[in-house]
Amino acid sequence: MLNFSVISHIFTIARNTFREAVRDRVLYNLVLFVLLITASAIFLGELTAGQEARTIVNLGLSAMLIFGAFISIFVGVSLVSKEIERRTIYAIFSKPIGRGEFIVGKYLGLCLTLAVNVLIMGVGVSLALLYVGGGRLAFSIWGAIFLIFLELTILTAVAILFSSFSSPALSALLTFFIFVIGHFSASLKEFAANLGSSFTRLFFDVLYYVLPNLSLYSFITNAAHGDAPPVKMTGGAALYALCYVGVLLVVTNLIFSRRNFK
Amino acid sequence: MSYIIEIENLSKDYEVGFWKKKRVRALDDLNLQVTGGQIFGFLGGNGAGKTTTIKILMSLIFPTTGKAKILGSDISDVKMRSRIGYCPENPYFYDYLKARELMNYFGELFGLDPALRNQKTEELLTRVGLDEKDWNKQLRKFSKGMLQRVGLAQALINEPEIVFLDEPMSGLDPIGRREIRELIHELREKGTTVFMSTHILSDIEALCDRVAILRKGKLAATGNLDELLSESGAAQVYEVNVKGVAAAALENELKGIAGATISAKPTGANIQITDEKDIDLILPIIRNAGGSLVSVQPVKQSLEELFVKETES
Repeated sequence: MLNFSVISHIFTIARNTFREAVRDRVLYNLVLFVLLITASAIFLGELTAGQEARTIVNLGLSAMLIFGAFISIFVGVSLVSKEIERRTIYAIFSKPIGRGEFIVGKYLGLCLTLAVNVLIMGVGVSLALLYVGGGRLAFSIWGAIFLIFLELTILTAVAILFSSFSSPALSALLTFFIFVIGHFSASLKEFAANLGSSFTRLFFDVLYYVLPNLSLYSFITNAAHGDAPPVKMTGGAALYALCYVGVLLVVTNLIFSRRNFK
Repeated sequence: MSYIIEIENLSKDYEVGFWKKKRVRALDDLNLQVTGGQIFGFLGGNGAGKTTTIKILMSLIFPTTGKAKILGSDISDVKMRSRIGYCPENPYFYDYLKARELMNYFGELFGLDPALRNQKTEELLTRVGLDEKDWNKQLRKFSKGMLQRVGLAQALINEPEIVFLDEPMSGLDPIGRREIRELIHELREKGTTVFMSTHILSDIEALCDRVAILRKGKLAATGNLDELLSESGAAQVYEVNVKGVAAAALENELKGIAGATISAKPTGANIQITDEKDIDLILPIIRNAGGSLVSVQPVKQSLEELFVKETES
């Protein structure tokens, strides 16, 4: 009668997390996004056809990244802390649920929310592009959208990691820093190479390898010019995200498994 | 004898303070065994360590030293938790869920199939006295008492062999308390062990087979409730109620009886003696003073007196 499969637990928790996000009106940001895209499609009519479509891609995908990052950071840091603060976690951990299953379930639930968010936004941008006559771009942007989603999955894992040992406000701040620095991590490597002191070089090298390399997922400008990310690049970025997220979730679980819920 | 709960030398220290960390002992070398099929009361004042013990048993916090087993398995065994139920103190659940959805969610975590989840949900929400019209309301609209009822229902969805109830009557009105008492009785009749902590002594007296009393994190007393009351060291007292005579009229005569005390009553007097044989000496004194006997009864020490004695001594 009873089936305690790990997959089933994770799936159940993920589904409930998605339901929580929907009922807490997280997806309401889509309304704002649709308004932004519609307004830009109408008011950019003054520009030439090519520029108009490029601007919509730039604006739409940048907004998609910013809105998504906002959800990853603020919902991500509250995913676990809210459960502890409201003591809903008591009823969960008295059931046959491992702490790792809980963390992975919560993480995947938020990733599902982000996937739905990104998907709907992507459809919105594509429709706006079709409206302004940028039919080709309407299809070629989906590679860049996938990269944005991968970036958000990394950011969510960072947010959950920080929230496993620090306050939500500090976690949000730290995750935001990682989001900003992550986009410049290639510069960190170059910077390290130009340093004289071997200690500082080592320090910046370590920083480069420890921090997520989010520049791998920046393809918005290229997408605006009609380029699609090569399959090799997308595959590499996906593999990097998978490994990075995997390590972060393992570390989060190690910290979370030792935590007392007073 | 096999125990359903075995607690061995369990201690828990908390660190308090920001700069200068200080260790505070919340639970101190607790040893306790509970056999199955009974209602076990866990008593103690605020901060005595009751909730800390239950949280350790639920693996919500980790002991500083010691170990514990439930149903023969170490408390860290996740699979063992499919055989237990838990209702936390002042339960709070996902407020965006409806009562029915919450039950369904927890049932799913136990691996129950949808039909069984649905059946158990309806059966338990009815059993804890939650109105059917409230089943599809979001929990954010629930009162404290309604949440308590949902908390009890969710603790039973997996038909646990042992259920841990932390202050189960909290937030309930008198009718609600009576209904939950009946539910707890029913659980025992079905063979479920109930481990409950409560401040409400009348519930302990009405429900519990055995109790443990905690004082400042230490076990102060444990055993059968009647045994504890009779073994508490208090001298047996007999109360003799008299009418038709003033206390002052008897006072002098009673001085010769060791341990006898007298107090005035509106219709007569109340005499307390510590030796049953003294009753034969008192009766002629009452008659000679023109009074008559109303009643003679042994005074039973109440759980409240025992509780105060054990938690304050």
